[in-house]
Amino acid sequence: MVSFGFELLDSKRIDYNKSDGRLLNEILEKEPSFKRCISCGGCTATCTAGSLTNFNIRKINLMLRHGQTEGLEKEISKCMLCGKCFLVCPRDINLRNVIMLIKKGVLKYNTEKKKI
Amino acid sequence: MDIPFFAWPFLLGITFIIVFFIIISIIWITGLSGIDRVRIRKNFFTVKTFQAIWEVFRESLIHRKMYKRNPVLGYMHMSFAFGWFLLIVVGHIEAAVHYHTLNFPFWKSIFFRYAETNPPVTFIAKAFSAASDFLLIYIFSGVFLALYKRFNSKPFGMKKTTHLKTGDKIALIGLWLIFPTRYVCESITAGIYHNGSFFTQPTGNFLASFLPLQSIELASWWVYSLSLAVFFFALPVSRYMHIPVEILLIFVRKYGVRLKKHVNGYTRIQTFACSRCGVCLDSCQMIKANINNSQSVYFLKQIRGRKLNDEQLFNCLLCGRCQKDCPVGLDLNDLRITQRIESTKTYNSKYDYLKGGISPQADVVYFTGCMTHLTPSIKKAMLNVLDYANINYWFMDKDEASCCGRPLMQAGQYEAAKKLIRNNTEKILSSGAKILLVSCPICYQIFNEDYKLPGVKVMHHSEYLLELVNQGLIPTIKLPVNAVYHDPCTLGRGSHIYEPPRELLKNYLSLIPMKQEKEDALCCGGSLGNIKIEMDERKQIRDDVLDTFKSYNPDQIITACPLCKKTFAMGTDIEIHDLAEVVWKGISRKEHLDKKIRLPI
Repeated sequence: MVSFGFELLDSKRIDYNKSDGRLLNEILEKEPSFKRCISCGGCTATCTAGSLTNFNIRKINLMLRHGQTEGLEKEISKCMLCGKCFLVCPRDINLRNVIMLIKKGVLKYNTEKKKI
Repeated sequence: MDIPFFAWPFLLGITFIIVFFIIISIIWITGLSGIDRVRIRKNFFTVKTFQAIWEVFRESLIHRKMYKRNPVLGYMHMSFAFGWFLLIVVGHIEAAVHYHTLNFPFWKSIFFRYAETNPPVTFIAKAFSAASDFLLIYIFSGVFLALYKRFNSKPFGMKKTTHLKTGDKIALIGLWLIFPTRYVCESITAGIYHNGSFFTQPTGNFLASFLPLQSIELASWWVYSLSLAVFFFALPVSRYMHIPVEILLIFVRKYGVRLKKHVNGYTRIQTFACSRCGVCLDSCQMIKANINNSQSVYFLKQIRGRKLNDEQLFNCLLCGRCQKDCPVGLDLNDLRITQRIESTKTYNSKYDYLKGGISPQADVVYFTGCMTHLTPSIKKAMLNVLDYANINYWFMDKDEASCCGRPLMQAGQYEAAKKLIRNNTEKILSSGAKILLVSCPICYQIFNEDYKLPGVKVMHHSEYLLELVNQGLIPTIKLPVNAVYHDPCTLGRGSHIYEPPRELLKNYLSLIPMKQEKEDALCCGGSLGNIKIEMDERKQIRDDVLDTFKSYNPDQIITACPLCKKTFAMGTDIEIHDLAEVVWKGISRKEHLDKKIRLPI
């Protein structure tokens, strides 16, 4: 890669070769309200698990939209499903369903990956 | 063997259904947990068996619960079940009296008029004959009601009814044909041999005036026997399988068998005991949001057909209204949670990040719960009251709050919930407190049901505040406010707390009684039990409930659940308060009055 005198950190770069959109597509299909997300971060601000760990739903949303499923399983398992996030959501997204779909989907797509 | 050919379909049918039911009962009972089987064995030769028989009589024959719901519906079921039962019993006694022995061929009591063609002579024989005619009329009244119900179910208190499957239709035709055909063939025989009574004899005489009865008599008995056979053979694939399974359920339940957190024989028994009557459809508020496919009756149907999918399984508010109305008394909420546990058991969380640690010592542990954190006014009011009453309390989830685990449990994440339960239990017990004060009914329910907290009394804030009032620790003042009290699902139907909130509130304001209260309370629509429902659909349910409240013209709506408050508050201009707020408002007003400061109301 040509150096222009500055570099991009790996964590800030979306590598489309590694991008896996299957989970996101499945969630958008089963929970269409997720399309409305404006990444305001209200969910993260109120999160119960977020007060105990660095759990961040907004980050999970970004990871999903980048097709970055690695590490998602560990991250999503921190959620306690208390439901505060969907009550504060200004876009009325049914976030508890999104979380459950991720929990189920991560497992499904990870095992599919291993099979390949 | 002198069994006539026409009796064979009936005899085969009844043998088939009895053998089938015995086999399936054995499979289900061996599928119970070890403890449950011990329970059955221990309780079998006790008074519980008689209690179960009494309950079978009350529910399976008289249909007491159905009567309570709607007398016409109850009468219809009773005429079928109790009428048929009596018809069989009377038939047997009649045959036993006639033959002076109990050892007579079984078919003779069922087809008695065919077997014994001599007209009844003695008074007793005439009485039996009249009794069976009377019972036939009695059942006919039920058959006519059932036919009428197919066209118009409103007088039966049912707005909606379930759709029938092919098996149901076949069994239904069989059931409806049994009694008219019995009437016709007994009348025909009476027309020939004059052995009928006040109902069948005149009909027989009338038929004899224009029909060659001799030549059609046997054919009519064939039709009767065949309709019985059709009913018995179609039973296992129809909704009428609930008749024998419900009896099994009543016995097993009486012996102390309870639902576990995993699928076993008892779940199967409950699933098949559903009569698909559709009473739960009318109880379900999700119909208001046009969700018509996930109600309990359909959910159980899917389990039976092994076609359960997540969309329907998780689309339920778990409000418990259907469970309260279920005439069979099925544990519909727990059945659904059990299925959810089964469905999500491959992906549970571990919550390794939870820390234990030593809690501060206190008399009372106050756990607000996540939802109260979202409605800070309730939290503030509670803390103010506790400070006012000088209580030595520890605010458990002030900063680093973990969830109680109930939302996980409702979503079927049983193993994950257990981790939270263990962590919270440690914290609560190490504080040495005697009372766990909770201001969220969702938490209250799991603390009572799934936590083991020896020596700690779990109290909802309505109970606790009432106790403070009774001890004179906080003052009361009756304000000129008319309010309705909304029973939260988890506090009311979930934990059976109806009176403490009302007694408490009566000290501070006037309550308007409603039709939709206590057990019949409505769900606010905000329930965490439903994972699938969209916000728009929740709003439709909520608006419908608010319209109901408005019809009573309240100044305020009072509830005892932060989630209900939050849900309602977003949809109306009427003031919505939690009872903690009412109490604190009363206390502060009283304080001001005592200090003789005039404040606007």
